[in-house]
Amino acid sequence: MVMQHDALGAPGEAADPAAAGPIEPGHQPAWRPVGRLGRSEERAAYLFLAPWIIGIVAFLLIPLVWAVWLSFTDEQLLRPGVFIGLENYARAFTRDPSFYKALQVTLTWIFIAVPVFLISGLLVALLLNQRLPGMGAFRTILYVPAVLSGVAIAVLWFTLLNSDLGAVNQLLRSIGISDPPNWFQDPKWALPAVAIMGLWGVGTNAIIYLAGLQNIPPELYEAAGMDGAGPFAKFRHITLPLLSPTMFFLLIGELTAALVIIGPVIVISGAGGAAGPADSLLFYMLLLYRRGFVQGELGYAAALAWILTVIGLVLVWLTFRLEKRFVFYQV
Amino acid sequence: MTQDVRRIRRLSPRRAGHAAFVYLCLIALAAFIILPLGWMLTAALKPLHVPVFTFPPEWFPTKYFNLGTFADALTQPNEPYLRFAINSLTLASINIVGAVLSNSLIAYAFARLNFRGKNVLFALVLATMLLPAPVLLIPQFLLFFNIGWYGTQGGFPAGYLPLTVPAFAGNPFFIFLLRQYMRTIPKELDEAARVDGAGFWRIYWKIIMPLSVPALVVVAVFTFLGVWNDFFGPLLYLDDPQWFTVPLALATEVTRVGTKWNIVMAATLVAMLPPLVVYGFSQNKLMGGIASVGIRG
Repeated sequence: MVMQHDALGAPGEAADPAAAGPIEPGHQPAWRPVGRLGRSEERAAYLFLAPWIIGIVAFLLIPLVWAVWLSFTDEQLLRPGVFIGLENYARAFTRDPSFYKALQVTLTWIFIAVPVFLISGLLVALLLNQRLPGMGAFRTILYVPAVLSGVAIAVLWFTLLNSDLGAVNQLLRSIGISDPPNWFQDPKWALPAVAIMGLWGVGTNAIIYLAGLQNIPPELYEAAGMDGAGPFAKFRHITLPLLSPTMFFLLIGELTAALVIIGPVIVISGAGGAAGPADSLLFYMLLLYRRGFVQGELGYAAALAWILTVIGLVLVWLTFRLEKRFVFYQV
Repeated sequence: MTQDVRRIRRLSPRRAGHAAFVYLCLIALAAFIILPLGWMLTAALKPLHVPVFTFPPEWFPTKYFNLGTFADALTQPNEPYLRFAINSLTLASINIVGAVLSNSLIAYAFARLNFRGKNVLFALVLATMLLPAPVLLIPQFLLFFNIGWYGTQGGFPAGYLPLTVPAFAGNPFFIFLLRQYMRTIPKELDEAARVDGAGFWRIYWKIIMPLSVPALVVVAVFTFLGVWNDFFGPLLYLDDPQWFTVPLALATEVTRVGTKWNIVMAATLVAMLPPLVVYGFSQNKLMGGIASVGIRG
């Protein structure tokens, strides 16, 4: 630290002619160090960036290259692997019975979670965007689950959704539903139960939507009102198009989050326990975790990770193609 | 606010109906958020011999206000949540120091200094946001495992190293946030300091850092929440229960047979309280930080 201070704090570098000019970072691609002062600024910059550069090489670049290599080996914990070609990939597609189950669970989850979380967030944001007193308090309450520990939320909701004793089913029975769902004990209801848990965090998306809604110029609504547009026409022709960039941002976020969900099961039944009834909660990342860290087959797990990444890239690419048709950017 | 009040006074029946509908929906939503927490609090405040599952469910504590269960959860010899909370806080503190220092240094270079390769490197910062986490999981684990940053080595929790050291290398989201913020600080301040003979290090430390405090608070709060709530990292790298964090201890406890639900709910409360307190103090800044992400997207 002392050395850095000397290098950067020498009084000689005080007046820097290169930086005194009208330089707007990002608009001047061809900056060149001018004289001793310019070179010392450059040296200083690389010192400031040193932690990031070291980190990116050690924690990102090396692991990334290593991940490619690992996926072609039979590496295990405490036993270095040897090259086995595409064997891991072949195993996933042809000999791992859980692979397709995990894919099916994760893709089903994407089809449930993405629309449910996108639409619920928008509806809540529309409520919060009303100009009525007390909206700040509701906003504060609705965002609470977003700051809480996922483990704590999983423990709480597993207790609440317990099929016999849980508070939710008691509530349902008391309002006349004599045979409420068995939630986490029923293969059909396990994923919806995870979705309910997720809906508890509806405030996260709602806050982001709300920021988008509040960015829409009110004059547009006033003008449309004068032209005789009703609330639905305003929503369809003003709110939706102007909100579409926010929606697209959230869509990508929800999609990638849904793809790598590992699920509450890892909390509740332990890493090696059952993945819900009939493996109904065997999310892809849970399978990867088990193969890699419970069974110690790290090479195979690395291959599973690359398969998931390719699936993710395809989905994101498809979404970006949708963007061109449906997302409206203000210029 | 005054505008809102005027609106209410002039409500037409149609608008009053609309307002009633909005409030009804929001109250139902707020109940959906609060009642589970109330149920948990009720269970945590019951003495050990009182059943947690009752009919009808008790959503708010009315009969029992027994802090003994809570104290038990904090101090029970085999699962002392006070100890786990201290572990979690230690990790969070180190991460906050690392995140505030490293991200501000990096962001300062991108916001203020000129150097060759700046645009390429900044594009690289943004690109690292898109790196697939699942792919990095295994090689990162192997890397740390092979250099001995795992579990407990001779009484020292070596598994804490992979949970703290990377924070000192910066985080693309924070770098971006701080760089944007630093660019709003008037450049004349830097230039005046330079005329007075200050170098880059001193400008960073004496001018940019103090003026960036609002954005640094956002970084600190997000870092705290991320580390306090992290489950997967501690799950991978910690093996000795005495060094467990709160979420890891909680997850281990519920998987055991013969769980005491009062204690579990009290422990869940231990896991939730610090984030709630931090949220209470920082919610406006936090919301601003989150909202700005959405607008950019």
